[in-house]
Amino acid sequence: MKYILMMNHPGKGPYEVMSWPEEDLKRHIGFMKTFARKLAAAGELVMAEGLGTPDQAKLIRAGKDGQPITDGVFPESKEFLVGFWIVDVETTERAIAIATEASAAPGRGGKPMSIPIEMRQVMSTPPVEP
Amino acid sequence: MVPTPGGADARGSSPLPPHLWRELAPQVLGVMVRRYRDFAACEDAVQEALIAAAAQWPREGVPDNPRGWLIHVAIRRLTDHVRAESARRHRESLTVSLVPPDEQIAMAADSDGARGHEREHDDTLDLLFMCCHPALSPASAIALTLRAVGGLTTAEIARAFLVPEATMAQRISRAKQSIEVAGRQFEMPAGEALAARLGSVNHVLYLIFSEGYSASTGSALIRTDLSSEAIRLTRLLRRLVPDSAEVAGLLALMLLTDARRVARTDAEGGIVPLDEQDRTLWDQARIAEGVALISQTLPLGRVGPYQLQAAIAALHDEAATADATDWRQILALYQVLRAISPNPMVALNHAVATAMVDGPAAGLAELDGLTADARLANHHRLESVRGHLLERAGDRAGAIACYRRAADRTTSAAERDYLLLRAARLEESSEPTAK
Repeated sequence: MKYILMMNHPGKGPYEVMSWPEEDLKRHIGFMKTFARKLAAAGELVMAEGLGTPDQAKLIRAGKDGQPITDGVFPESKEFLVGFWIVDVETTERAIAIATEASAAPGRGGKPMSIPIEMRQVMSTPPVEP
Repeated sequence: MVPTPGGADARGSSPLPPHLWRELAPQVLGVMVRRYRDFAACEDAVQEALIAAAAQWPREGVPDNPRGWLIHVAIRRLTDHVRAESARRHRESLTVSLVPPDEQIAMAADSDGARGHEREHDDTLDLLFMCCHPALSPASAIALTLRAVGGLTTAEIARAFLVPEATMAQRISRAKQSIEVAGRQFEMPAGEALAARLGSVNHVLYLIFSEGYSASTGSALIRTDLSSEAIRLTRLLRRLVPDSAEVAGLLALMLLTDARRVARTDAEGGIVPLDEQDRTLWDQARIAEGVALISQTLPLGRVGPYQLQAAIAALHDEAATADATDWRQILALYQVLRAISPNPMVALNHAVATAMVDGPAAGLAELDGLTADARLANHHRLESVRGHLLERAGDRAGAIACYRRAADRTTSAAERDYLLLRAARLEESSEPTAK
């Protein structure tokens, strides 16, 4: 079964990592790379992507004439998606374990961030008839 | 590229070495397309011929003229298809129009051989021109070139570009349709048209190379193979048009850039900037080949953008240390490049060279003149270059702000990491950088 694990940046304001000290940044980047490598080696990683910064985000709607209506940054949003993993695992428990590990990514001073990870199942093909 | 097991690809069980397959397939396709124009039908026929060869040759041995054999079988398959199709649709006339009269009778296997290598070259070149047709989007041209000329499987190309195989198959199929439309009035270009079409081919090959070289996402290992493939195809192109100075320049540029590939990233995949690279890791054989090539090409006097970029890359490659770089000559080359091929990135690099020769203040002044360019105003490279120059000028706070703005705008995760680390390091350095 496939799950998408979405890492959200809590709170408003600029990307938190933008102002981290070098050591903390290095530790965090290193963790993310190792994490993806481990998942790939376990045969569980479908894909992992980081997203551009929220400042660059746009909100797009089709207007009445079909033309795009584009909004820039939306400061009222409480959180932003910063990246996601799609994993293919045997059990829901395994997906939760992976999400927990991602949530504990090292932050300032190496302390686990406990960053919220939203986990949703990726819909599958219909079951094969017996 | 890792061969795909069990694909529609005939190479797996081939008695021929893979590189021979890779050379034969586009030649055969080139001959077919040149004669019959119908790209998609020709490609199918060549695939079938390759599969037939994979089945037959291990049993019966490789024929004396494998290319002629493949052409012969492909023509037979194509005519079979056309006949079956037209019978089904009661359109006998199609057969007559599609197959030239002198070839409606099955051809002798090596009847093509008489006209020798020149013909063979023309066929492959023709195929390259088709695949890099200006009517195609760059993404389509890249995919089609790798498929038809490079002989890569759709699965391999899909993996290299990190898209699902079905997506890539669709992209290639749409490209073929565009080719068929364009191909109807296709003629081998001559004179200025030839130069323009050669320019399109160069551009596509360069894009393939950069895609592999930048390896911004995904598995770097797979993507760097794209660089090797681009170099292989450019070598092929150079054999086809040995007189083109720009093709030679392009090949030199690729070799001289690729020479630094290993040193360009650290063990974790992080970016190592040119002035911090371990130059002992640079590939000296590549450098020697690239330098020799550009040294014999530049004096020909038909200078173009690829040759100039190759000459700049050669100056970097030949410097034993970053400090020993001949920035004066690099600046001079960027001046010529800016004059003949003005674009924002060249202007930015020119400003960097100015800073290296006349000091950061001169470089920063040049950057100020570039902010008016809409293509650059919000570009991360502008902020990144400004950051480096401010850092050199001793303005730490300004440099940090620029690095972080650049990090905010870049679309490459590796570059963002690099810029943020650079800003963080600068912020923590207790000693102010010298003015």
